[in-house]
Amino acid sequence: MSAPHTIDESFLALPLSALTESALTRAVDLGCEHADIRVERIRTQSISLRDARPEAFADVEDLGLAVRVVHEGTWGFAAGVVLTAAEAVRLAEEAVAVARVSAAMNTDRVELAPEPVHEGSWVSAYDIDPFEVPDAEKSALLIELSEQLMAADGVEHVQSACMAVKEQKYYADTAGTRTRQQRVRIHPEFTALTVDRATGQFESMRTLAPPVGRGWEYLTGTGWDWRGELAEIPELLREKTKAPSVEAGRYDLVVDPTNLFLTIHESIGHATELDRALGYEAAYAGTSFATVDKLGTLQYGSPLMNVTGDRTAPHGLSTVAWDDEGVAGQQWDIVKDGVLVGYQVDRNMARLRGLPRSNGCAFADSSRHVPVQRMANVSLQPAPDGPSTEEIIAGVERGIYVVGDKSWSIDMQRYNFQFTGQRFYRIENGRLAGQLRDVAYQATTTDFWGSMKVVGGPQTYVLGGAFNCGKAQPGQVAPVSHGCPSALFENVSILNTVQEAGR
Amino acid sequence: MTAGSVHAMSPQEVVERALAASKADGQVAFVVESSEANLRWASNSLTTNGAMRSRQVVVVSFVDGGAGMAAGTVTRSGTPDIGELVTASEQAARDAGPAEDAVPLIGDLPSVGGDWAADPAETSIEVFADFAPALGEAFGEARDRGDLLFGFAEHSMATTYLGSSTGLRLRHDQPTGRVELNGKSPDFGRSVWAGAGTRDFRDVSVPDLAADVARKMAWSQRRIELPAGRYETVLPPSAVSDLMIYLYWTMEARDADEGRNVFARPGGGNRVGERLAELPLTLRSDPAAPGLEAAPFQVVGASSGSASVFDNGMPTPAVDWISEGVLANLIRPRAWALKTTAPATAAVDNLILEDSTATADLDAMVAATERGLLLTTLWYIREVDPQTLLLTGLTRDGVFLVEGGEVTGAVNNFRFNESPVDLLGRANQAGRTERTLPREWNDWFTRTAMPALRVPDFNMSSISPAS
Repeated sequence: MSAPHTIDESFLALPLSALTESALTRAVDLGCEHADIRVERIRTQSISLRDARPEAFADVEDLGLAVRVVHEGTWGFAAGVVLTAAEAVRLAEEAVAVARVSAAMNTDRVELAPEPVHEGSWVSAYDIDPFEVPDAEKSALLIELSEQLMAADGVEHVQSACMAVKEQKYYADTAGTRTRQQRVRIHPEFTALTVDRATGQFESMRTLAPPVGRGWEYLTGTGWDWRGELAEIPELLREKTKAPSVEAGRYDLVVDPTNLFLTIHESIGHATELDRALGYEAAYAGTSFATVDKLGTLQYGSPLMNVTGDRTAPHGLSTVAWDDEGVAGQQWDIVKDGVLVGYQVDRNMARLRGLPRSNGCAFADSSRHVPVQRMANVSLQPAPDGPSTEEIIAGVERGIYVVGDKSWSIDMQRYNFQFTGQRFYRIENGRLAGQLRDVAYQATTTDFWGSMKVVGGPQTYVLGGAFNCGKAQPGQVAPVSHGCPSALFENVSILNTVQEAGR
Repeated sequence: MTAGSVHAMSPQEVVERALAASKADGQVAFVVESSEANLRWASNSLTTNGAMRSRQVVVVSFVDGGAGMAAGTVTRSGTPDIGELVTASEQAARDAGPAEDAVPLIGDLPSVGGDWAADPAETSIEVFADFAPALGEAFGEARDRGDLLFGFAEHSMATTYLGSSTGLRLRHDQPTGRVELNGKSPDFGRSVWAGAGTRDFRDVSVPDLAADVARKMAWSQRRIELPAGRYETVLPPSAVSDLMIYLYWTMEARDADEGRNVFARPGGGNRVGERLAELPLTLRSDPAAPGLEAAPFQVVGASSGSASVFDNGMPTPAVDWISEGVLANLIRPRAWALKTTAPATAAVDNLILEDSTATADLDAMVAATERGLLLTTLWYIREVDPQTLLLTGLTRDGVFLVEGGEVTGAVNNFRFNESPVDLLGRANQAGRTERTLPREWNDWFTRTAMPALRVPDFNMSSISPAS
């Protein structure tokens, strides 16, 4: 582990104080009761390879500033890309103009829950800044790893991609908070495909490695064994193509953390966002069955279920020191012993609900967008003395074990979901008995979590995640992590996807 | 004030400076000057809003390192140092290695671009000057009925200036607007939707959208529980658009030729020439389609199987993807076209499905339904099996039971599992094509015109308790 990083000088050298002074002064002069300014620089590098040959290399940097105001109880927001004092003043004026146009439609006076004033700098936990590694070196490693996969028997095509992001964010508000942050994250993935020309059948298998809040070291041995995983994929893929099609019906389902993280994301993470429960996302992302009248009483799942939200987990994609409203990162309970006990909130919603403080879930994906309530790292806690995955499987007489995420879909109130995976194995008398094809599992959220009969121990815990969580209009994309152990769910509905297609 | 006035350099100057600074074997530079305004509301009150301006400068450099031409793209927002940007993109090209899609850049062409010299087009929050008060009135009427309104309105304008070392100077103005209006009962138990795509909001009538919502809320007074199963189903244009957009995004020729998508032919090759629909349905794109106008040339920042940076500036004329029910074209960059001696085609940012023999509108199709379901929109559509292009998703904001040609109540929602390719084959009636707003994909795709489709046996896989 190298010495902790500091925020890049080139970001700190931007005229942050001058922009703040200009924008906030103008906003106060125009009668705003609250104003904040964000300056964000987001560098994204995407490398993609097709059959181990370069397909695209793109390097994007997005730098801009945004002013958000509360003017006579109504929000106003304006964003631009020119970092001058004059533009900061213009944006403050435009934000107020937006608030004035909007006032005719506003009936709920905006007020913010209080937050202590913060002043500071923070950098996420990583060793090697991906943007300090020569591009040729990065391409070369991705080509080498792809060629390793491509060379294996039965692998006809390989799709490879690596996205690296460095996000720098400055926030200041009229209460006096001034924060500077720098985060790094990376998402490599490799997919092997096999094609049977004669029958027209094709099948694929993707690496299970999650996107993480780490640097380039993630590809060279820290946090994941890439070469080990890539060496196993061809044989696993071969086995998958020869596997029998699943018999639809009800099975006990052992879910690996590489699959369960996404089920948590969809059926717990989104369902416990207070803006959804209150209807702010009703026309788009949707609402939630977990409504506020059920807080403290809703039996979300079995008593083994304990879920927390946090903005503090090391390498978590949602981890920050302060959110986009200047609220410090925290950890809190969402589901305790199977009962709904908490939500994810921002300052306006915390105030609406009479909470003393926001738990720090405001996030905007760029300077162009207004902060909205976004997901914390929502994680299922392991059982302190819980079993290993093998021990869980050993307790299943007839079941299925699913590894890795693939297809996902859930309804707008977060009841009915359907997931597939990278690999499904039949379990017979406590042992894995080969892979199955064409499998999907379908359930209703509270039935599914209510059927959780065994929770794995800390040795099974994996921090999974995604870069591409979508929400809000205009659409925003947020990265988020979810930690979880392996777990057993009883009597889950398994579909055969070929039958579903009517074949 | 024009959008360019906050910048020291005009977008055209930025393109010329970048091209002049090139030391590479070729360069494409483009600037996207954009402005946007939006309003969002929930429970009859505003929630968020915003106005945004942005400039994106993209430089694609092409470098022949001896082993073949390589490409690198660097994109910066705002007012980047042009010299540094060009140098960075040239380094990126050298580092990337030879590109498989390398072909000579597009050069002399009949002009397909707009007025190069003119200032960029612009929008602002003022585009809602009439819309916002009308919406405020709709809130009042909804409150009087005891209903809640939710939704979003957005207008954006993006002007692209694209220049190349081969002499291209192309410009395109792209206005994009959308509005969604969602009505709910106070307990959220009933939920309905209306939406529209627009270029300028002048053709958006809040009272019409509100009336559509009010009609569907009235239909929802009677609640009917139905089990999962296969139902005769009328999919309205919005639902059809979301399924057809996914099909369109999958129409990559190379994937098909390599045997790895639904358009691959067992035994090798692709399914072009194969009949997909029994009805004479044509799926097409046309950059000049009235009301759906889109860029008539390619703008590509990063290559993929369906687009190539080497094809920047390539004209994108009207194209039939499916012609009278028969698969006619797949999306094929020039390099893959050369390898497979097939025509080069590029995706266009609009999509139209039509049956030239159709006469019925949606109401007529409902009136002709003895017993079936009428949907409103589809949601959370994801691919389950690429082999058949099996998609899953949910019905949303209005599943209505039709009996004897009349809507008799609102049914619970369902999860469906269906392939849009199979649906084209099974649809037994198409209605008249009309402009429609996709529900699921309108963040990325708004310019569609679709008919309603009648499917005799739509697969509702399970019940969703959601409303």
